[in-house]
Amino acid sequence: MVPLNYYLILGALLFSVGALGVILKRNLITMFMSVELMLNSANLTFLAFAREWNQVSGQVLVFFVMVVAAAEAAVGLAIVIATYKNRKTVNADETASLRD
Amino acid sequence: MPTDLHYLAILPEIITAATGIAIMLLDPFTAPQHKGRLGWLGVAGLLAAGVAGAAQSGRTMTAFGGMVQLDSYSVFFRWLFFGVSIGTILISLQYLKREGVHHSEFYALVLFATTGMSFMAASVDLILMFIGLETVAISTYVLAGFKRSDPRSNESAVKYFILGAFSTAVLLYGIAFLYGQTGSTRFDRVAEALSAQGPSAFFLVGLALLLVGFGFKVAMAPFHVWTPDVYEGAPSPVTAFLAVGPKAAGFAALVRVLYSALPDMENHWGDVLGLVAVLTMTVGNVAAITQSNIKRLLAYSSVAHAGYLLVGLVARNELGISAVLYYAVVYALMNLGAFTVVVIWSGAGETRVHLSDYAGIGFRYPFLTGCLSLFLLSLIGIPATGGFMGKVFLFAAAVQSHHVGLVVIAVLNSAVSAYYYLRIIVIMYMQEPAAQVPSVEIPVPAAVALVLAALGTLLTGLYPSALLDLASRSVLAVR
Repeated sequence: MVPLNYYLILGALLFSVGALGVILKRNLITMFMSVELMLNSANLTFLAFAREWNQVSGQVLVFFVMVVAAAEAAVGLAIVIATYKNRKTVNADETASLRD
Repeated sequence: MPTDLHYLAILPEIITAATGIAIMLLDPFTAPQHKGRLGWLGVAGLLAAGVAGAAQSGRTMTAFGGMVQLDSYSVFFRWLFFGVSIGTILISLQYLKREGVHHSEFYALVLFATTGMSFMAASVDLILMFIGLETVAISTYVLAGFKRSDPRSNESAVKYFILGAFSTAVLLYGIAFLYGQTGSTRFDRVAEALSAQGPSAFFLVGLALLLVGFGFKVAMAPFHVWTPDVYEGAPSPVTAFLAVGPKAAGFAALVRVLYSALPDMENHWGDVLGLVAVLTMTVGNVAAITQSNIKRLLAYSSVAHAGYLLVGLVARNELGISAVLYYAVVYALMNLGAFTVVVIWSGAGETRVHLSDYAGIGFRYPFLTGCLSLFLLSLIGIPATGGFMGKVFLFAAAVQSHHVGLVVIAVLNSAVSAYYYLRIIVIMYMQEPAAQVPSVEIPVPAAVALVLAALGTLLTGLYPSALLDLASRSVLAVR
């Protein structure tokens, strides 16, 4: 059996990759996918703990998160498309006009 | 089949969600010029939900396997959220028509967001709290980008979405660690495990991630950077809603989770939030001084006010949380009011949002500017307004728990804030108006919202005891 720590470390790595992606990448779609990676690393962590506790509830939680992530994906992509229609770009720096 | 579902405990939320769905269903059968009727349906639904909530006041019960708790705390916040949403719909009716985006989804989304906020205040389980938060977030992402063909609205939605989703992921990761350490997501079980095991590493990681996630949601410094851009680009009624509703809901959930689930770590989160409060107040007020766009100015002011609310949390006593509840109501009244004036005065296409656009209009539009002045004075905390009493209670609570330094900084911050709030009043009454002062008509629903907000601001300032009593009774459910 794979020990708990392995899953947690993998989860932390995925989370870091996702967080760095949001911070460093400038393409809105890539940033959005990085966020999904972060959500999935949280899911992995949930599942690892659920197995450790031998509980079903932790696995059910992951389904809730997946539903939320799907709803978020629908709205997020719609927002990106609306932006593309008006600006003809999905680069975060080129779409920015609001600033101090 | 679990036997303790108790649908009655969530009757108000059922009503708001069902009204939202009804609006979506009736939309295709409503002629474009009659979309406003669906807005009124939304108001009716919110009033009905408020009545249903009133019928439940005084009762305490848990439902849905211990996920939802009906108590005086959730009832208090429900009323606040329903009131905020009614106000938002009232100021949107004319605005949406004026901007040519009169789609009834707007009202439905406000109702869905209200449902989510209501659940956030009532949740005693991390997962329900998370889902409530996401219901609010996803609805408000759409609302921020509601003017689809306006690039500024698009940009506001993009920024809100990316940072909102990012903070959601951080929050969820924190919840995962709390679950991993305790084997449960219920607040009471988490608290039991915490007092049995002491603050271990996973608890600390979970708490830190939770605070960062909430920090984004309620715009605490240093996680506030999205606020001015999002508030500036979003349609003004949505800005009003964002500054008031989701922020109050964030505080409602934060108070509940910190006091009910993590009470034994209060020294950890108390110290962190003390620093964050100082930073949030100072950053918000200092940045607001240099703003020339009134929406950006009010955005920074809302950051500063989150800092004042945190002072009540840091106090960690009963008066502190009552004061947070009290100030959440007052803040909702004065901020909704101020944004209502912004909505009315900005004109078609929101062209008049610069401070100079307010020059010399004081005596031409005495009703509008009189109300705005009242709200600004209340935001400063001038006596006889709700803002003053709210700050008195917040700071008194902090003094009671010997956070004198924090109170000194908060009072100095209030003094700084007087500069930029008073500047607007000076511009309105003492500067020469532009060559021709544009004429605006004041729509009746927005005027009603304005009068109600002004009355509320005055009443909470002159007779604070009624609301404070209600708030302190509500707090007993949390502590």
